[in-house]
Amino acid sequence: MEKIKYQKLVDKHTPKENILLNALIGFIVGGFLGVVGEVLVELYSYYLHIPSKDASVFMIVTLIFIGCFLTALGFFDNLVKFAKCGLIVPITGFAHAMMSAALEYRKEGFVTGLGANMFKLAGSVILFGVVSAYVFGLLRIILIG
Amino acid sequence: MTNTYNNVYINDTITIAGPYEAKGPLGSYFDKSYKDLYFGEKAWELAEIKMLTNCIEMLLDKIKMKNNKIDALISGDLLNQNISSNFTAAKLGIPMIGIYAACSTSTLGLIIASNMINSGVAKNIICSVSSHNCTSEKQFRQPVEYGGPKPKRATFTVTGAASALVSSKKSKIKITSSTLGTVVDAGIKDAFHMGAVMAPAAAKTIYTHLINTKTKPSDYDLILTGDLGRYGKDILKDYMKEEYNMELNNLDDSACMIYDINNQEVYAGGSGPACIPLVTYGYILDKMKKGKLKKVLMVATGSLHSQASVNLKQTIPAVSHAICLEATL
Repeated sequence: MEKIKYQKLVDKHTPKENILLNALIGFIVGGFLGVVGEVLVELYSYYLHIPSKDASVFMIVTLIFIGCFLTALGFFDNLVKFAKCGLIVPITGFAHAMMSAALEYRKEGFVTGLGANMFKLAGSVILFGVVSAYVFGLLRIILIG
Repeated sequence: MTNTYNNVYINDTITIAGPYEAKGPLGSYFDKSYKDLYFGEKAWELAEIKMLTNCIEMLLDKIKMKNNKIDALISGDLLNQNISSNFTAAKLGIPMIGIYAACSTSTLGLIIASNMINSGVAKNIICSVSSHNCTSEKQFRQPVEYGGPKPKRATFTVTGAASALVSSKKSKIKITSSTLGTVVDAGIKDAFHMGAVMAPAAAKTIYTHLINTKTKPSDYDLILTGDLGRYGKDILKDYMKEEYNMELNNLDDSACMIYDINNQEVYAGGSGPACIPLVTYGYILDKMKKGKLKKVLMVATGSLHSQASVNLKQTIPAVSHAICLEATL
């Protein structure tokens, strides 16, 4: 059978993913997480008497801690399976990716296991985050000055 | 290559299952099951080695034979450098043939053993395989604790180990023929959709076996494929019809049998080298011994990709090996 014809046969039997439903769940959960973040920013700036710029750093650290902690307790993956991009796209997804890799390779040693593999999933986020920050920073200087 | 055998039998088998498989519909047919995925070890790789070692030791106990009476151990698994099998062999001290045919390793092992026994070069051979859900997730996919969503067509690797003693001593289960499969590349790149990757290889092996042994699908009580999953099974049926003009009415797939695929969270079904032997040695042989099935074609299927080949965007080749079991009642 030709490969194109076989691909058609495969497509006929391949189940469709619920893209709309997944997007809706992601939108709602992600939005809710945004609200939580905003509340945290307000609380930190109100009670610690710090500007909201500093408070948002506190908020990010808090969310990363929660993401890592729940991953380490072993049930964050089930939450992610349900909420999908609602928890993966925000900073919690980054924390989850890093922590799950760290847990996985911890037993292969601190240097050869944990150190070498912790950023297996999240490494790309860091690398291309730095690269794009550099590019956009450069653009900003060139365009706005 | 198709071979027929006169004096090759499966004498005894041992199956060990993980917790998920034990909760499945065939749970009561396994000889032993573990309650967690570590089995008292500190890492999953060590757990898989322990499970396979335990499986072969239980078989030696059951058949009341010493290690030195076994001429060869033919064993394979999914891990790099076949470490589960090789480390097990190191503990047992039986001459070792390590094989890799991904999820079709079980039938490849039986074929090699049958040829050796039939030609008289060996008397007693143990064929074994193992797979572990967490070790394969770690090696082929993503960290186990990472919860990124998977598509419905993905499969769930079976945790289990199975071993069988093959010899020329008469028993209720006879191996009558086998077909060594060719590697088929159907042009699929999607490593999640292993059913689609492997269906053409299974079809080719089934067709070759039927032609070479001059049989029809209806001559078998059951044609049991390895781990195509619920979608791959439908693809195979359609593909058989279109490519070879053959209806497979008595086809079943062990990926759909080992789990309750509607209620257990296993996507399209089970996969892994342990999938088809757990179903066959645990459940099918039991039915054959009770006379409910007489002739079964066991067609294990394997997807031959690695993480590197997938990242390099290569199409995935697959292989399938068939072995025909008959009840001698």
